[in-house]
Amino acid sequence: MYRTSHIAYRILHILLPFITFLITAANCAKIDKEANAAQLTNNSTAPAAYGDTLVEGTIGEPSVLIPMLAGDSASQNVASLVINGLVKYDKDLTLVGDLAESWDISKNGLVITFYLKKGVKWTDGVEFTADDVMFGYKTIINEKTPTAYSEDYKQVKKAEVIDRYTFRITYEKPFAPALGSWGNLIVLPKHLLEGKDITKSELGRHPIGMGRFKFLKWTPGQDVVLEANPGYFEGRPYIDRYIYRVIPDPATMFLELKAGGIDWMGLTPIQYTRQANTAYLEKNFKKYRYPVPAYTYMGLNLCLRRETKTGKCIEKHPWFGDKRVRQAIAYAIDKHEIVDGVLFGLGSPATGPYVPNTWPYNPNVKKYDYNPEKAKELLADAGWKDTGIELPHWLPSLFGRMLKWAGWNIKDGVLDKDGRSFEFTILTNQGNTVRINTAVIIQRRLEAVGIKINVRILEWSTFINEFIDKRRFEAVILGWGLGLDPDQYDIWHSGKTKEKEFNFVSYNNPEVDALLEKGRRTFDMEERKKAYFRIHEILAEELPYIFLYVPDATPIVHARFQGIDPAPLIGMGYNIDKWYVPAGQQKHKITQ
Amino acid sequence: MITYLLKRLLEMIPTLFGITIISFFIIQLAPGKPTDVLADLNPKMTPEARERLTKYYNLDKPIHVQYLMWLKRVAKLDFGDSFSTDRRPVWTKIKERLSITILINSLALVLIFAIAIPIGVSSAVHQYSLYDKITTMLVFIGFAIPTFWLALLLMILFGVNLHWLPVSGLKSLGYENLSIMGKIWDSVSHLILPVTLEAFGGLAGISRYMRSNMLEVIRQDYITTARAKGLSERKVIYKHALRNALLPVITLLGLSIPGLIGGSVIFENIFGIPGMGQLFYQSVMMRDYPVIMGILTIGAILTLLGNMLADIGYALTDPRIRAR
Amino acid sequence: MTVSSQQSEVRSLKYIFWRRFKKNRLAVFGGVIVFILFTVAILAPFIAPHGPDVIDVKHVLEPPSLQHPFGTDDLGRDILSRVIYGSRISLAVGFVAVGIATIAGIIFGALSGYYGRWTDTVIMRFVDIMLAIPTFFLILAVIAMLEPGIWNIMIVIGLTSWMGVARLVRAEFLSLKEREFVLAARALGASDFRIIFRHILPNAMSPVLVSAVLGIAGAVLVESALSFLGIGVQPPTASWGNILTIGKDNIEIAWWISVFPGIAIFITVLAYNLLGEGIRDSIDPRLKI
Repeated sequence: MYRTSHIAYRILHILLPFITFLITAANCAKIDKEANAAQLTNNSTAPAAYGDTLVEGTIGEPSVLIPMLAGDSASQNVASLVINGLVKYDKDLTLVGDLAESWDISKNGLVITFYLKKGVKWTDGVEFTADDVMFGYKTIINEKTPTAYSEDYKQVKKAEVIDRYTFRITYEKPFAPALGSWGNLIVLPKHLLEGKDITKSELGRHPIGMGRFKFLKWTPGQDVVLEANPGYFEGRPYIDRYIYRVIPDPATMFLELKAGGIDWMGLTPIQYTRQANTAYLEKNFKKYRYPVPAYTYMGLNLCLRRETKTGKCIEKHPWFGDKRVRQAIAYAIDKHEIVDGVLFGLGSPATGPYVPNTWPYNPNVKKYDYNPEKAKELLADAGWKDTGIELPHWLPSLFGRMLKWAGWNIKDGVLDKDGRSFEFTILTNQGNTVRINTAVIIQRRLEAVGIKINVRILEWSTFINEFIDKRRFEAVILGWGLGLDPDQYDIWHSGKTKEKEFNFVSYNNPEVDALLEKGRRTFDMEERKKAYFRIHEILAEELPYIFLYVPDATPIVHARFQGIDPAPLIGMGYNIDKWYVPAGQQKHKITQ
Repeated sequence: MITYLLKRLLEMIPTLFGITIISFFIIQLAPGKPTDVLADLNPKMTPEARERLTKYYNLDKPIHVQYLMWLKRVAKLDFGDSFSTDRRPVWTKIKERLSITILINSLALVLIFAIAIPIGVSSAVHQYSLYDKITTMLVFIGFAIPTFWLALLLMILFGVNLHWLPVSGLKSLGYENLSIMGKIWDSVSHLILPVTLEAFGGLAGISRYMRSNMLEVIRQDYITTARAKGLSERKVIYKHALRNALLPVITLLGLSIPGLIGGSVIFENIFGIPGMGQLFYQSVMMRDYPVIMGILTIGAILTLLGNMLADIGYALTDPRIRAR
Repeated sequence: MTVSSQQSEVRSLKYIFWRRFKKNRLAVFGGVIVFILFTVAILAPFIAPHGPDVIDVKHVLEPPSLQHPFGTDDLGRDILSRVIYGSRISLAVGFVAVGIATIAGIIFGALSGYYGRWTDTVIMRFVDIMLAIPTFFLILAVIAMLEPGIWNIMIVIGLTSWMGVARLVRAEFLSLKEREFVLAARALGASDFRIIFRHILPNAMSPVLVSAVLGIAGAVLVESALSFLGIGVQPPTASWGNILTIGKDNIEIAWWISVFPGIAIFITVLAYNLLGEGIRDSIDPRLKI
C-alpha cells in the first residue's frame, strides 16, 4: 500500500507541471506586443489616411468568384468587393445607384431603364457598358449556366441595349423585387467571356472586376488577397489591401485574432459573451452587434415520396405530414432555453419567416411557449402512444434494447404508432457549434415527450449537395440568410420543389402560393404588407419549419480601423471603402 | 552495394502493387454498389456521385478489368477530378500541398533522430543512473501524452500568452516586405510548433529503441575485448558500440515515416497548415472519394520512398553491404 | 508423472513471474490503475454524480465546484460524469480493437510461421504492404467510406493494427515449430490445427499478451484523436476525445474541459504502457517488443 501511494506521488509530481502550466496559460496576463496599439482611441477624429491591410478571417474557403455561380457566402463576400452591381442597398435600406447613375420606372412598373455611369473601367482597362449587363443577363437565364439565381431574371420579358450607357428591361407582370435584383449577379465582363464556357473560365479563380478592390492572388487553403482599386469610380478605398484568410476552425481563428494574425472576424456567441472581454481585447478591438435578416430553423421533411422530375409530393410523410405532430414538436422545444443557453442571449426566438423590426414581420402570430404536456396531448391525438410490453424495472435496459432489436414492441418511453417507434435523425452542419448544441438541446427536450432523436453532423457541402438537394433527410437544422425584400417565393411556393430548389421540405399550401404571388405582383406597400402578414400567420400555424431563433451578428474588428458604421440588417461591410487607419496607427506597410 | 539496392528496389515492386490493391479494395467499400437496387434510397451516396465513381473506376466492368484500368491511370498520376465544388483534378490539388507536408515531416524526422539518439545512447551508457531513470520516465510520459492535446496547450502558451510564436498558418502577413533574415525567421517560427509536435510522438519510441540497442551492443564480446585492450571508455562507446547500435535504427527511420505522415492530418489541422494532411481531413469530411484515394496512394508511395532512402542509408553505413 | 512435473514447472514459472512483477512498482501501479479504470467504467451509472447528457443551460462553463468537481461544459453538462462515461468508450474501443488485431495477428502469424514457404512469403509481403500505408490515413479513408461511429472505429483500428502481432507470433512459431514437443505431437499424428492451437500457440502467448496490453494504449490514443477530429465517436455521446473538442473551443476560459479528459487519456495510456512493460520484464527482460 505504502509503495503504491509512493508511486502515485511520483506520478503526481510529473503531472503537476502540466496542470500548473495550463492554469497559467489560461490566466496569465496578456503580453502587449503592439505598443502603439495601446494608445488607440476609439473616436473617429483622427484624419483619414491611405494605407494598411485589413485581414478578415473566414471559416469557409471561397469556391468560385463569379457571383452568379457561387452558392456560398464566402465566395459572395469576396466577389462583392471586386464586382459591383447596377444598384445597391444604402445604410438606411433604400436602393441607390451603383454602376447605374439613375433609372426610370414606367408608370405601370413594368419597364425599368437604367442609365449607367460613364467612364467606369474594368481593371483591365476596358470600359464597362450596357453590353456587359446584357451579356450577364443572357448568361444567367441560359439553361446551361449552373446558377441558383436565375428565377428573378426569368420574369423579364424583354431586355434591350438602347445605347452604350442605357439598358432597358420590360417585365411581363408587375414584379415587386425587380429593381433590387439588378445587383452584381448579372454583371460580367463580356470582352473576356463571350463565346467561352463560364464554368471553365479562369475568371472564377482570377476575377476581373471594377469594384472597390481588385483581385491580386488566391492561395488555396490559405487566403485571397485583394488590393485597393486605384481607378475605382468612387475613389480608391483608404485601405491598401484586403485579405480574406481561411481558417477552418472558429477557435483557432479566435486565437489568431488575439495573436494579431487577423483583424476582423465573426464571433460565436460564446466568444462574444465570455471570451472577448479580456483587457487586451477590450483595448485593441471593438465588438459590434446588430440584427441581421436571418433565422435558424428545424426543417421537417413533409414528404415521403416525390416525383423524380418535378419534385412534386406523391406521398405525405406519415409523421411530419401531420400538423399536430409538428405543433407538438414546437411545444416540446423551449426556444428561450436555446436563446439563453446557446446564443447567450444574442438573439431572439423566431416566430416565422420574417425577423423582428422589419416591415413584413407580424407580431401577432401563434407562438409556441414551452409546454411539454400540450405536446404529449397533441401527439396522443395524432395516434402516438407508448404501447407494448412493460418490462419490470429490475431488468437491465440492455435486455429491453435486445428485445426491441428482435422486433418486440416494448414500453420504453418512446412513442410508437403502427408498430414503429418515433425515432428520427436531425442533420446539421459541422463547424457550427451553435447549431450542434441546439440539436443536442432539442434531442433532450424531445426525449422528454417520448421522441428519440439521433444527431448527425455533416460537412457543409456534403450536407447541402447530398442531403438537402436530394431531399434525403428527416429533419435538418439550418438557417436562412434573407434578402432585404420579403419575397420568399423560392422557399415556400409549392412549385419550387425540384432538385436543388429551395422548398426542400415540400411545403404545399394553395393560399400561401396565392399570397406569395400577390406580394410580388404589386408595388402597393400596404397590399404587400397585408400579404406577408398573412403568410407569417399561416406559417406560424402550420409550421412547415419549427422556427427556432433569430441570431444577431457579432463581429469584432481591430480598433485601429475607423469609419466603421454598422447599421441594422445591412451590417458593416457596405462602406468598407471608407474604412481607414489613421497614419500613426498603421500596422502593415506595403512596399513595392 | 548496387546489387543490394537493386534487390531492395525489386522487392518494393510487389509492395507497390499491394498498396494499389488495398487502395482499390477500399474504394469498393464506398456505399451503394451499381448493382444495388436500393442505391437510389441510400442517403450516403447520390446517383450522380455514384455515376462519376462508376465512370472513373469502371465499376460496371469485371473486377480485374476495373483494377487494371485504374492502375493504368494511377501510373499517370490521374486520380480523376475532385468531387468538391471546384472540381479540379485530384493530382493538381495534392501537388500544391505536397511539398509542405514533405518539408514538415522531413524536419520532424531530423529532429527525432537528433534528439532521440543522444538520449538513447547516454541513458544506455549510464544505465540505472538517475539520468537514465529520468529519461525512462520521460519516455513513458511521451508515450502517454495525446500529442494533439499537447499541441493545444503549447499553441495557447507560445502563441497567445507569450506571443513568441505564431498561432497558425505558414507565413506572416508582411512576409513579402521582410528582409531575408526576417523571412527565414518568419518561416522557421511558423514551423517550430508543428515540427516539434510531429517529432514528439516519435521521440519516445526511438530513444527507447536506441537505448535497448546500445545496451545489447555493450554486452557483446567485442566491446569487452575492446575494453580489455585498454581502449578509453570514450573510444569504446563512440567508435565501436555506437556504430553498431546505430545500424538497426536507420531501418527504423523508414518504419517511422507512416506514423509521421498520418500525424500530419492532426497537426496540419490544429495549426492551419495547408498541407496534404489538411486536404485529406477535409476530403474525408466531404466524402471526396477521388481525393481520398489519391492521397492514400501518394502517402503510401511516400512511405516507400522513405524506406528506400533508409535502405540507401543502411547500405552506405553497413560495411558488410558497402563492401559488396 | 509427466503431467504433474509439467504442472509444477508451470507453477514455478508463474511464481517467478509474480515475484518479478511484484518487485516492479511501476508495473503494479499500472495494474492498479487499469483495475480502477475497469471498475469506474462498469460502475459508471453508480459513480457518476450526474447523467452524462443532462443539459443545464443555467450553469454553463462553470469552474470546478463541489456540485461539479470537474466543472461543466458549454451546455452545462457535468464534465466529471462525462469523463466517467467516456471511460466506457475508451475501454470498449481498446479491448475490442485489440481483440480483433490480436486474433487477426495470431492467425496470420501462425499460418506464416508454421507453414513457411510461399504462405510465409505472401503473408509477410502483405504485412509489409499494410505497414507501408500510413495507418491513420487508412483508418480515415475507411471511416469516410463507412460512417463514423464507435463500432466502425473499433473494427477499423483493429484491422489496421494486427501486423506487429503477426510478426511476433511468426517469430515465436519459427523458433518453436522444430522443438521436441511439436515434433512429438506431429509423430503422434496430431492435425496441423491441433498442433498450431494446442501445442505451439500457448507457448507463444506471452509476447502476444504484452503487445496486446501495449496495443490497448495505442488504440485509446487513436480513438481519442479520431473523436477529437470529429470522425470518431459522435456527439452527444461522451468520449474523452470529443470532450476535448469542446475544450479546444473554450480553452482559454474553461481550462477544466480540456484538462480533465486530457489527464484521463494520459493516465490510461500510461497505465497500460506501464502494465505492459511490467509484464514483459517479468516474463523475460530480454523480450523485444
